[in-house]
Amino acid sequence: MSQNIKVNPEVYSFMEKKTGTDNVEVKVNLSKEKVDKINEICNSFENEPRELINILHETQHEFGYLPAEVQDVIAHNLHVSVAQVYGVVTFYSYFSMIPKGEHPISICTGTACYVRGAEKVLEEFKKELNIKVGEITPDGKFSINCLRCVGACGLSPVVLVGERVFGRVSPDGVKSIIDEYRK
Amino acid sequence: MSKYKMHILVCAGTGCNSSESSLVYEMLRDEVERKGLNRDVQIIRTGCFGFCEKGPIVKVLPDNTFYTQVKPADANEIIDEHIIKGRKVYRLLYSDPKSGEHLPDSKHMGFYQKQIRVALRNCGTIDPENIDEAIARDAYQALGKVITEMGPEEAINVIKSSGLRGRGGAGFPTGLKWEIASKNESDQKYVVCNADEGDPGAFMDRSILEGDPHSIIEAMAICGYCIGSDKGLVYIRAEYPLAVKRLKIAIAQAHEYGLLGKNIFGTDFSFDISLKYGAGAFVCGEETALIHSMEGKRGEPTNKPPFPAQSGYLGKPTNVNNVETFANIPVIILKGAEWFSSIGTKKSKGTKVFALAGKINNVGLIEVPMGITLREIIYEIGGGIKNGKKFKAVQTGGPSGGCLTEKHLDIPIDYESLTASGSMMGSGGMIVLDEDDCMVSVAKFYLEFIVDESCGKCAPCRIGNKRMHEILKRITEGKGTQEDLDKLKNLSYVIKDTSLCGLGQTSPNPVLSTMEHFMDEYNEHVFDKKCRSGKCSNLLYYVISEEECIGCMACLRACPTHAISGEKKQVHVINQEICIKCGACMEKCKFDAISMQNDYPRVSVTV
Amino acid sequence: MIELTIDKKKVQVEKGTTILKAAHKAGVEIPTLCHFELHDMGIENKPGGCRICVVEVEGRRNLAPSCVTEAQEGMVVNTHNIRVLNARTTVLKLIISDHPFDCLVCAKSGQCELQSLASQFNIRSLPYDGEQSRYRKDTSPSIIRDIDKCIMCRRCEMMCNDVQTVGALSAVNRGFMSAVAPAFEMNLEDSPCTYCGQCLSVCPTGALTEVDHTNDIIRALSDSSKTVIVQTAPAVRAALGEEFGLPPGTLVTGKMVAALKELGFAYVFDTDFSADLTIMEEGTELLQRLKAHLAGDTDVRLPILTSCCPGWVNFFEHNFPDLLDVPSTAKSPQQMFGAIAKSYFAEKIGVDRKDLIVVSIMPCIAKKYECQRDEFKVDGNQDVDYSISTRELAAFIKEANIDFLNLPDADFDDPLGESTGAGVIFGNTGGVIEAACRTAYELYTDKKLEKVVFDDLRGKEGIRSAKVDFDGLELNIGIAHGLGNARKLLDEVRAGTSKYHAIEIMACPGGCIGGGGQPYHHGNSEILEKRAAAIYTEDERKTIRKSHENPSIIKLYKEFLGEPGSHKAHSLLHTEYFPKSNEVTLHLNGEV
Repeated sequence: MSQNIKVNPEVYSFMEKKTGTDNVEVKVNLSKEKVDKINEICNSFENEPRELINILHETQHEFGYLPAEVQDVIAHNLHVSVAQVYGVVTFYSYFSMIPKGEHPISICTGTACYVRGAEKVLEEFKKELNIKVGEITPDGKFSINCLRCVGACGLSPVVLVGERVFGRVSPDGVKSIIDEYRK
Repeated sequence: MSKYKMHILVCAGTGCNSSESSLVYEMLRDEVERKGLNRDVQIIRTGCFGFCEKGPIVKVLPDNTFYTQVKPADANEIIDEHIIKGRKVYRLLYSDPKSGEHLPDSKHMGFYQKQIRVALRNCGTIDPENIDEAIARDAYQALGKVITEMGPEEAINVIKSSGLRGRGGAGFPTGLKWEIASKNESDQKYVVCNADEGDPGAFMDRSILEGDPHSIIEAMAICGYCIGSDKGLVYIRAEYPLAVKRLKIAIAQAHEYGLLGKNIFGTDFSFDISLKYGAGAFVCGEETALIHSMEGKRGEPTNKPPFPAQSGYLGKPTNVNNVETFANIPVIILKGAEWFSSIGTKKSKGTKVFALAGKINNVGLIEVPMGITLREIIYEIGGGIKNGKKFKAVQTGGPSGGCLTEKHLDIPIDYESLTASGSMMGSGGMIVLDEDDCMVSVAKFYLEFIVDESCGKCAPCRIGNKRMHEILKRITEGKGTQEDLDKLKNLSYVIKDTSLCGLGQTSPNPVLSTMEHFMDEYNEHVFDKKCRSGKCSNLLYYVISEEECIGCMACLRACPTHAISGEKKQVHVINQEICIKCGACMEKCKFDAISMQNDYPRVSVTV
Repeated sequence: MIELTIDKKKVQVEKGTTILKAAHKAGVEIPTLCHFELHDMGIENKPGGCRICVVEVEGRRNLAPSCVTEAQEGMVVNTHNIRVLNARTTVLKLIISDHPFDCLVCAKSGQCELQSLASQFNIRSLPYDGEQSRYRKDTSPSIIRDIDKCIMCRRCEMMCNDVQTVGALSAVNRGFMSAVAPAFEMNLEDSPCTYCGQCLSVCPTGALTEVDHTNDIIRALSDSSKTVIVQTAPAVRAALGEEFGLPPGTLVTGKMVAALKELGFAYVFDTDFSADLTIMEEGTELLQRLKAHLAGDTDVRLPILTSCCPGWVNFFEHNFPDLLDVPSTAKSPQQMFGAIAKSYFAEKIGVDRKDLIVVSIMPCIAKKYECQRDEFKVDGNQDVDYSISTRELAAFIKEANIDFLNLPDADFDDPLGESTGAGVIFGNTGGVIEAACRTAYELYTDKKLEKVVFDDLRGKEGIRSAKVDFDGLELNIGIAHGLGNARKLLDEVRAGTSKYHAIEIMACPGGCIGGGGQPYHHGNSEILEKRAAAIYTEDERKTIRKSHENPSIIKLYKEFLGEPGSHKAHSLLHTEYFPKSNEVTLHLNGEV
């Protein structure tokens, strides 16, 4: 019998709604390789609780997001409560418990981009993909996120798709950006 | 550098990188190789030139030719024409927005003429991934001087008498901070570099780390020597991958050269630096929150005192300075306190880096002497307002700051004058706003940012800012009342007066400042239900043009609420009280007589 | 010493004293909300978060939170000028603006610190209306979390983590959405929560309350086919009076029994009786293990740990699953009572166990969970059907319109109502082990114990250790109250460095008198002291003060159980423990 932490279905049904799909795997049963990988990351920081944020960074880099089980393994290694780990994960906007789309779209809503019309660009992306900020399209291709200033203010408004930067994006140009990745 | 005849510098800062400057670099390199010019021409990837508006930037030395918006396809022409034939590629030269003239070199550009680059001295001149280039520009000399000649006390005195103040926002005297940390006895102390630049629209710290990481390493080591610490930590935003990468390379190189690690310069001074990553929390710019974050906890601030200098990272005395502050240190040591304090105003010495953004022609990073006027920054360095629009305000200091208006254009900018004008220096973001910007919406934007970034620990910041944002939202939707304006004022004062940390204590500033300078806009939103800039979409009205309307009654029949009145062949009028803004009328009108306006003809009733 | 001026009064305090405490010394009470302190136990919560206690300090730019600002020489403090009052009122109105307005039906009404501040500040309007944060209600066997009512004072987080080291709760999310919750905002039931209830005993609002079983009891009482009996734990009688305005430490045993009879319980019995029974079983087990140990048996596990406290049992099941054979297997007094009531007593009065409803009145909310454990059921029928807290009983009495203060004293019924002083002191930290020593001494040495009070075992330090002389045999006794302290002793046991023969552990600071189901003490540690004193007074008043001398106990063994530790005693009065670890390895089962 599996003794996974019973995760409150209401929370996760909320998350499912958020991700806009019924197929999101809620219980990520971790394979041994994955647990080993997390252990390795924790070990590389000597299982120091004060390295928690660095550890979360590396783990998220590895898995793309930080599902509950992953946090549980980290808490176990660091001898801190899993509630504490979750408290940290939910404090920092960089950490996510929801997988990102194949092509994560990040719209800069820093001040420079804002005054040059980022809000309208964001609206257009939401309309075009029919999802909200923090959500993922049903086919898992796109997700929308907002971020604050990537420092490319000269190109404002700025949109990132994955690592690629699109500068001086206008609402009219949104569709062509998406189309480029739609195929 | 001497063995090459020419150098081509390609900006590899985040801004230019985003517009494919790395491809430009590769094309130039391939081209040079193909033409067999490897021995004569060196291509260098540098940090930010500051002139981000027209990136990617390519600069050719020794003639200072400044090419803008270079595309990978232009590489061929630059090499063929400029490098081989000696003819500058005119179409890529920067053209002066006023005269329209192409300027042959950077020295004649208004953007650079008023700048003094101290903290940015090496940005855009050296390859940040090559320690030799940094050393050729005097890197680590100051460290050597402090360790082998000066001693901690003397070095602290130099910093103190230079008048350098913290560039992260509050402006605390740096030398004094070091002195306090040096006097606190402890078995272990820490030097922390705050590189969690969170102010949206400010990117000077990132540019320094990307363009000249060695200056920060050197300064941290100097600080470590002065306060008696052998351990440095850089708290850096994870959103800055390039800065992280270059800093890591620089730390490794410094180790290799014996400039970090054990027994630096053969003395018994040892110093090491490790990185701690931020994870997207603006509040972690606050010292105590930053320290908790470095300890792997939620980045919640705690009451001061105790200050970090008494009890900081892991409870040990900790000196926290921001990136730009550190970048000034080596120069001050080398050139002396007097040199540094000769720049600037009475109480604010040296230079300040500003990130110029918004409705301005030359978006970018500038470094100017304290005391320069806003007019010089906007019209000479910044090249004026975009598209010939009218200047309205400059927002400085980010979410903690306020607005400077027309009447502040000629005051000398320093810590004191900015605070006196209801704004603050902050980290140096400067967002230029023009007549198309709605000041209520700008205040709302900052409050939304604060609501997102409030840590939630103290009640006034957690709930108060939420309520302020809700009120501002109501006002921009045309639902505001006089009571709302009164509430905004009271909440602003109470939040400032009672919040736990600097974030809450300054969060109402954008509201207070816009209320002070642009109260008429607030009143228009509240009482006339009007937004003069047309930014607030709920305050736009369907208006029938008297000139275009032929009185066909099509709109009148389409209107679901019977808001339109008018006889056949007479100009129709929309009753705005009844109009639900569904847009059916505009769709039906064949004469383009109906449009959305930021106001409508109002009937004035005279008694 | 430094001198400062508060509201024009000069006051001298030690350096390092906060303005709040300096003001108290000067006779100026500054209102607080998030601040919480149990002075004698080193428990203090002062995140400086609510900002209700702000004061004006001359020369300072902004207002100072008095709970975390140290007094300085020459400071001039003003605690109630217009600026301060406006700030305080505005902040309170903001806090209320994100709080539900269901005071009329809130379990905390009348005891809510937010409500009393609103009254004190004369709040008559709520101008700052807006979005309210909304969370899911979470009901566990013992605790209800209604986080809409959370004001982020962080007291529960401090109790759960710093004092109890349970780690079930943490601050989560950020800004307006921040709250205190278990990991992944899962149900408390699925978290490492021990139901010790210390979180809700310090919660200033109705965000954390106990599950109320009063209505179930009313239903049972009105069912003529049921015989409803009740047991009352020792700590209840020392605190119940507080709910009726009596001074802390007033013993209300007789009135409590009378009230329960008025309420319609067929028999009113005493958990003290089964406490005596616990001593018989646990004491026997201690002596068996001890004798085996002295005889050189290396397999025997020492120290033996007490097992009366269900919060503590949950704690070691979660955190020390490798040490499940260390605690005594004796059931807690509540469960021993239930087992005897539904066998021995049910037989005696000729009632089928299914028609006998056993209710317990407990200072504890973990007891609600304990009585629902599968081990304590026979064919699905619980030995103890409902457990309610001291607070719930008080509310029940008030609801029934019983004039508690004027009730004549009544006596417990026989046979499960007879008890000794040893059973009474179970309510205090150190009491269980003292009771055990009184009996074990006489059984081990065959000599009469001259002095029944073991002063060395009493006290309020979090961890205490004492040597007890068993006629030449020196026993090392350890005592811990508060689970953080228990963890320290358990870590020693795990490491094999524990010097103790026996350890008593109670989950709540102070023991059961400070239990999660007791009347709210609002941080007044004097109340706990007076309750403890009352318990010892009750002990002194008893003519019989050793469990093995309880005639009803002697009779029970003679008529029904045989010897302590007999087969029958074992099957009825002992239990086993189960690992509740969230060990990662367990997750690997059923992996993809």
